Amino acid sequence: MASSDIATRASRLPASGWLETLLVSLGIRGRTLVIAIPFLWLLLFFFVPFLIVLWVSTSFVVIAQPPYTHIQDGTFTLNLGESFGRLFHDSLYYKAYLNSLVVALVSTIVCLVIGYPMAYGMARCSHSTRNILLMLIILPFWTSFLIRVYAWIGLLKNNGLINEFLIWLNVIDTPINMMNTNFAVYVGIVYSYLPFMILPLYANLEKMDISLLEAATDLGCKPIKAFFLITVPLSFPGIVAGSMLVFIPAVGEYVIPELLGGPSSLMIGRVLVNEFFSNRDWPTASAVAVAILLALVVPLMIYQKYQDKELEKES
Amino acid sequence: MNRLSWVVIVWMIAVFAFLYAPIVSVVVYSFNDSKLVTVWGGFTLDRWYIALWNDRQIIDAAKLSLLIAAISSTLATILGIIAGYVLVRFPKFLGRTAFSGMVNAPLVMPEVITGLSMLLLFIMLQPVIGGRGLMTVVIAHVTFTLSYIAVVMRSRFLTLDLSLEEAAQDLGAKPLKVFFVITLPIVLPAIVSGWLLGFTISLDDLVITAFTNGPGTTTLPQVVFSKVRLGLDPKINALATIIIGIVSIGVVFAIIHMRSAERRRQMDEQMAIRAIAAQT
Repeated sequence: MASSDIATRASRLPASGWLETLLVSLGIRGRTLVIAIPFLWLLLFFFVPFLIVLWVSTSFVVIAQPPYTHIQDGTFTLNLGESFGRLFHDSLYYKAYLNSLVVALVSTIVCLVIGYPMAYGMARCSHSTRNILLMLIILPFWTSFLIRVYAWIGLLKNNGLINEFLIWLNVIDTPINMMNTNFAVYVGIVYSYLPFMILPLYANLEKMDISLLEAATDLGCKPIKAFFLITVPLSFPGIVAGSMLVFIPAVGEYVIPELLGGPSSLMIGRVLVNEFFSNRDWPTASAVAVAILLALVVPLMIYQKYQDKELEKES
Repeated sequence: MNRLSWVVIVWMIAVFAFLYAPIVSVVVYSFNDSKLVTVWGGFTLDRWYIALWNDRQIIDAAKLSLLIAAISSTLATILGIIAGYVLVRFPKFLGRTAFSGMVNAPLVMPEVITGLSMLLLFIMLQPVIGGRGLMTVVIAHVTFTLSYIAVVMRSRFLTLDLSLEEAAQDLGAKPLKVFFVITLPIVLPAIVSGWLLGFTISLDDLVITAFTNGPGTTTLPQVVFSKVRLGLDPKINALATIIIGIVSIGVVFAIIHMRSAERRRQMDEQMAIRAIAAQT
């Protein structure tokens, strides 16, 4: 049953009741009221704040409370040059910005390469095994994100478990320096976001019609070829959804580079937090937020389109 | 169904090892009788758990976090049920695209952006709502957990069989009564899992809380974060083990409950079929 069918059937249900009569006489239909409650909440606490960020990004820094103003020399001025100009001229900002995009992109690709065979294998298991494996993928998500990142410090340190293990195996003599490097940031991001890649892929591959593969095999297609010609193209919506779920939050990631990365692994989320809390430069922090959002507009739209399609398709 | 090649099976085992190795290591080292987290100094059952219990800062922060999570998740569940219902039942209204965008976007929006924008709003509203504290943190948590709950409710409402609601309407029940007496009890399991999801996410949030809280409201993740930044701490391992333990028990209970509910449903169906067969 498509969602539009449900809606038509639901709309045919008779409407009555004193509360509704009262509201209708006031010009408010129950329907409008029901929509208005979450709509207004999200509008006020999710959408309007973005406009404020845009507003603050065009202000001047002052030593006051709050530390921004639009009044310059007694007149109202929009300050477009200073905060945004800094993003282009100061290498700290655009390097962190580009670095974040690269880290997010590479992490997304690594998640896809690790996650695809995983989701594929899960979708081809028997029904009962599938549910258990699915539980095992979701379980870490329910435990604290912060603690899972913390766990990697114990593994990656110079005297951490991985180095101790490799020394014990006589593979290496001196510990490999992994903590506080870009490598550690990649490990942290891939580890934390991998379930977000696997779940949409699995949801997609699980629904795939196996008879298509059987038909291909019957017609003499080799399994590997059938995989790349049939399975992969059919799972494209899952690939897109998973990639967006990893890429978008990874661009602004703060906790992972802060805990696992070193001073060189500068990511834009860290710059934003530092500008805001350490430097108290709210206009620049806001400009950084606007810049991150600009990079994410297209991925966000792709993600939204996928969500709407899923809503139409699901039954 | 074609059998899985051994390459895929080995791959899956390796991925699960990758997912669980850090968690297992944290649990194991919470029983380590040494101050150095990664050096094994013998087994201790309770050393770090007692130390954790005696750490007022952690215990107070944990209490506050549980309180915030309970309030936020309850409010977010109410809003999330409505939002999920609207997305499924009202396909056409002015601003629907904007609404569905605002429901979906917080799921992926980088936390630093959500946090910063909310803080700037709260500062603008300061004359109305006063300074930052418990209330601003709750508002922020409701706003981003509501999306997760709305998604859970949306998929539940999509698969809901309308004939029960139609039957109630035909028998004269008014719309609001139908919703509270028929619809809500049917979707109750989804509401419970939505609430639990919201609770967990709120309990775990660091970045948005850091932006929106005031001086008196330091939550558990913030205490953990500040301790972790100073280095490894066996007390954090003990705390992690407790969280992991609670979650695992909860999940096992959920599986058992789901299985027995499924069995009950199958039995009901069989009885219904037998009853129909007996009548004809």
